[in-house]
Amino acid sequence: MQDLDAAFSALADPTRRAILARLALGEATVMELAAPFALTQPAISRHLKVLEGAGLILRRAEGTKRPCRLAPDGITAIDQWLGVLRQSLAKNYDRLDRVLAAMTSKKRKDDP
Amino acid sequence: MSKLTLRTEGDTHIIVTRRFAAPPEAVYRAHTDPQLIRKWLLGPDGWTMPVCINEARPGGKIRYEWTDGKGGGFFLTGEYIELVPFSRIVHVERMHLPDPTPDNYVETTFRRDGRGTLMMMRMTLPDAVTRAAMLKTGMERGMEDSYARLEAMM
Repeated sequence: MQDLDAAFSALADPTRRAILARLALGEATVMELAAPFALTQPAISRHLKVLEGAGLILRRAEGTKRPCRLAPDGITAIDQWLGVLRQSLAKNYDRLDRVLAAMTSKKRKDDP
Repeated sequence: MSKLTLRTEGDTHIIVTRRFAAPPEAVYRAHTDPQLIRKWLLGPDGWTMPVCINEARPGGKIRYEWTDGKGGGFFLTGEYIELVPFSRIVHVERMHLPDPTPDNYVETTFRRDGRGTLMMMRMTLPDAVTRAAMLKTGMERGMEDSYARLEAMM
């Protein structure tokens, strides 16, 4: 598994998250990725380098272009880490509602 | 009943609120009694908490161990800093996956709200990076997942 710290700091930047969101739709070239942002291609390339170093994207050579895509392993590792957090909150509290309902109905029964 | 809300504050805080249809005494107890905690603090379906240590006093230890029953598992450790019965809990916690995640400093308050309780949980992460990662890729999407699941149940 790649370095989770690197992955998290890569994700701390909004542009890089937007790039990942775009790549979730499919492979894209630097030019395609630069289009929605007010950034130069070299600036986008720097972000891609960070994402690649963090194991979040993969790049392949295709002539002079180097299309990017999400690295499934990197995304899965982060997903697993955060899956716990992600699901715990809302899910836990729905469960807590039922625990509280049982506590209060029991109390009512116990009351004289 | 209003559902969970989640927002950020400053660079390092995450604020979660949730309303419960039970008085603060009950909600507080459900947060500090191990027998009750292990009934709800479980995360995804199918997980259980075979180990639940919760020493609800200042300096008291927290240790939760979860398992999915299929060999998967992880644990959380923490310490209590301050407790005001029925209204406020301050503790610090970290996940072990197995490497520990950065400390999350959590203040939880329970306020009477009509016949129920308004809970507010204020988390403080060590830096913006940790929080951003937690929020953007984790919680927001997680909320959507959970709401989708909830809707599917109704």
